[in-house]
Amino acid sequence: MRPTWHCLAAATAAAIGFGTVSAFAQAWEPTRPVQFIVPAGTGGGADTMARAIQGIIAKNNLMKQSVQVVNKSGGAGAEGFLDVKTSPGDPHKIIITLSNLFTTPLGTGVPFNWKDLTPVAMLALDEFVLWVPSDAPFKTAGEYLAAVKTGGNNKFKMGGTGSKQEDQIITVAVEKAAGAKLTYVPFGGGGEVATQLVGKHIDSTVNNPIEAVAHWRSGALKPLCVFDGARLPVTEKMTATMSWNDIPTCKESGLDVQYLMLRGIFTTPGATAAQVAFYVELLRKVREAPEWQQLMKDGAFNPKFMTGADFTAWLTTEDARHRDLMREAGFLAN
Amino acid sequence: MHEIAALMGGFATVLEPTNLLLMVIGIVLGVIIGVLPGLGGANGVAILIPLTFAMSPTSAIILLSCIYWGALFGGAITSILFNIPGEPWSVATTFDGYPMAQQGRAAQALTAAFTSSFVGALFAVILITFLAPFIARFALQFGPAEMFAVMFLAFCSFVGLGRGSPFKTITSMMLGFWLAAIGLDGMTGQLRLTFGSTELLRGIDFLVVVIGLFGIGEILITIEEGLAFKGNHAKIGLRVVLDTWRELSQHWALYLRSAVIGCWMGISPAGATPASFMSYGIAKRMAKDPKSFGKGRIEGVIAPETAAHAAGTAALLPMITLGIPGSPTAAVLLGGLLIWGLQPGPLMFVEQPDFVWGLIASMYLGNIVGLIIVLAAVPWFAAILRIPFSIIAPVILVLCAIGAYTVHNAPFDIWYVMIFGIIGYVFKKLDYPMAPMVLAIVLGDRAEASFRRSMLISQGDLSIFWSNTLVASITTVALLLLFWPAISLAWERIQPRLRYRTA
Repeated sequence: MRPTWHCLAAATAAAIGFGTVSAFAQAWEPTRPVQFIVPAGTGGGADTMARAIQGIIAKNNLMKQSVQVVNKSGGAGAEGFLDVKTSPGDPHKIIITLSNLFTTPLGTGVPFNWKDLTPVAMLALDEFVLWVPSDAPFKTAGEYLAAVKTGGNNKFKMGGTGSKQEDQIITVAVEKAAGAKLTYVPFGGGGEVATQLVGKHIDSTVNNPIEAVAHWRSGALKPLCVFDGARLPVTEKMTATMSWNDIPTCKESGLDVQYLMLRGIFTTPGATAAQVAFYVELLRKVREAPEWQQLMKDGAFNPKFMTGADFTAWLTTEDARHRDLMREAGFLAN
Repeated sequence: MHEIAALMGGFATVLEPTNLLLMVIGIVLGVIIGVLPGLGGANGVAILIPLTFAMSPTSAIILLSCIYWGALFGGAITSILFNIPGEPWSVATTFDGYPMAQQGRAAQALTAAFTSSFVGALFAVILITFLAPFIARFALQFGPAEMFAVMFLAFCSFVGLGRGSPFKTITSMMLGFWLAAIGLDGMTGQLRLTFGSTELLRGIDFLVVVIGLFGIGEILITIEEGLAFKGNHAKIGLRVVLDTWRELSQHWALYLRSAVIGCWMGISPAGATPASFMSYGIAKRMAKDPKSFGKGRIEGVIAPETAAHAAGTAALLPMITLGIPGSPTAAVLLGGLLIWGLQPGPLMFVEQPDFVWGLIASMYLGNIVGLIIVLAAVPWFAAILRIPFSIIAPVILVLCAIGAYTVHNAPFDIWYVMIFGIIGYVFKKLDYPMAPMVLAIVLGDRAEASFRRSMLISQGDLSIFWSNTLVASITTVALLLLFWPAISLAWERIQPRLRYRTA
């Protein structure tokens, strides 16, 4: 009886659309609601993305069980990561990451590492753009850099989200390039940072595209450069004259700094290959939804998708890079 | 009068039958969410956002914003009946609302709370309708220094009010600051006072403390005092509503002042909770007999409720026009806007007029519908107090536990609630005031963060708090309020002499 049952299960799984799962691996699907942990507060970039995924799954019936988004933001997200780390063998738990996957354990000393979790997939990479008020005297990143240099230490104020995280890491890299210190002012969230720049309480920010795009289009802010190796792909005009694609890379303008933030999905330690395969397939379908593609375009995300060994290799490199960056900046907790 | 035409268009959208139905559903859900302590508007809206994915953005925002209005209304119910604030901004409502209920005036207190919420919201919506672009510019002037000045003002308008020993007030407040400091320090990214414990990583949430101090603490006191509610002889019937309205109409000046405070705090955006405390504090100061506050004055319900609802409503304005949330719920709605493919920001009024004016029209209608629903239910709410204590107390305990859990989905928070319940009981017995502690927890970390940001910007120079007219005037008013007891004492000494001289 047993083999027949196996065949039946595999056939059913294939029929409902988990076709790519190898016939040899035992197909798996969630048997109860899946907890989707967000290691950040409600309303931020990771939270918005998680809820969008939850909505896409529900709207298109991509999974029989429902998804519940749970925010565990304590200790710069450590609470969420520790929750997943301490639930081995519970595949009904996934987590979305931001750069705090690397920075929080380094900066706070809370004991976890990405290797404690099971990587599922890279969903996208979030871009960073150097923004200044539109009436600021500099037209290019090069001119900005020169102004920071001649202004001297702590003359320019850079606003960003949180402390010892992505925004401050980029700030330290900019300081290094300019040869002068900036005053880094940490705020609670990206929207707040953008507004503080519009109100000119700070001089520049490294907001993600989606956090500042509305102020760019209204003419209050202007982008100087994007911290990526290549220009952004979206060529649709956002203002009368410019598209995301028209923003030069920072390297082009003489500021050799690159930084991208991971939007990836992980699950609990000890998850089986079949369980990971289920989530990979699920996310693949999420990415095909028109709502997801719209979100990618609106936020000018880098929609790179990566799984398996590629993803693990990428994570290993990034982890090492963050350790170097954090050490150079003096952000390591121990 | 272009706004009026646009608003009429908005009403036409909202009055579609499906949208009206969504509005009623939203309000009822919101009231339930508001009643459950811990399950705040922000959590409620966040849970429902994915469900709205298939709706049109306008219908979705009507449903979600009505949940928000409902939660604003609902927060007052448990504050007044059981001394358990359903939402952070209804803490100040307990100060006089609960004593009123104990005196058998629960229905009056509820009517006052609901009506005040409505008036506050209406005031804010009218302001949004006609002054949105101007207000958005005003909000931009609030940098870290201005923000700290506002927090400081909220503090100063409230401290120095307490009866009893200054030592006890200061102890209570310091305990609050200590609790607020636990968790991650947002300025340096360091963990503070967590001692390597995972449970302390998230800090101690204000709501958890409040549910324990007020809710559990009150139950312990009631058990000691004879297992019965004092307010069970409450008059219930819809006539009470009309009688209370007659009384409320005398307080128009208080309404106006509270609504102005609320709008200002909502736009700046400091939020509804500081607004409610500030408004209560100022109402008490301005009263002829401040000592009677805290013993069941209807003004003590009007002031915080008007300000909280005005702030809650006004908080949506910076969300729409600037993309910054003025409250946690607004933050979640903001995420929703992005999911629906809308771009909050200065161009929203131009590019998405149907959506924006539909939202504004739903603010008017949602609050009217909300007021009717909650007022009609006043007799039922008040009748809850007639249920024997032995039945209702376990229900409240369970509600408190669920509430504590929902704040962060953390089972350990239930233990905190129990611990703070005992602390609340001890505080009551030893006559330590709880309000300063609560205020310190609510405003402590935000005040600290904006102070340290200001110091970063000015490189340690305190004169930043007098660096422009706006921040200088707020700081000066705050200092005046802080030293008010000394100033009024001096004034009392000087006044007779002046009179003597002029005579």
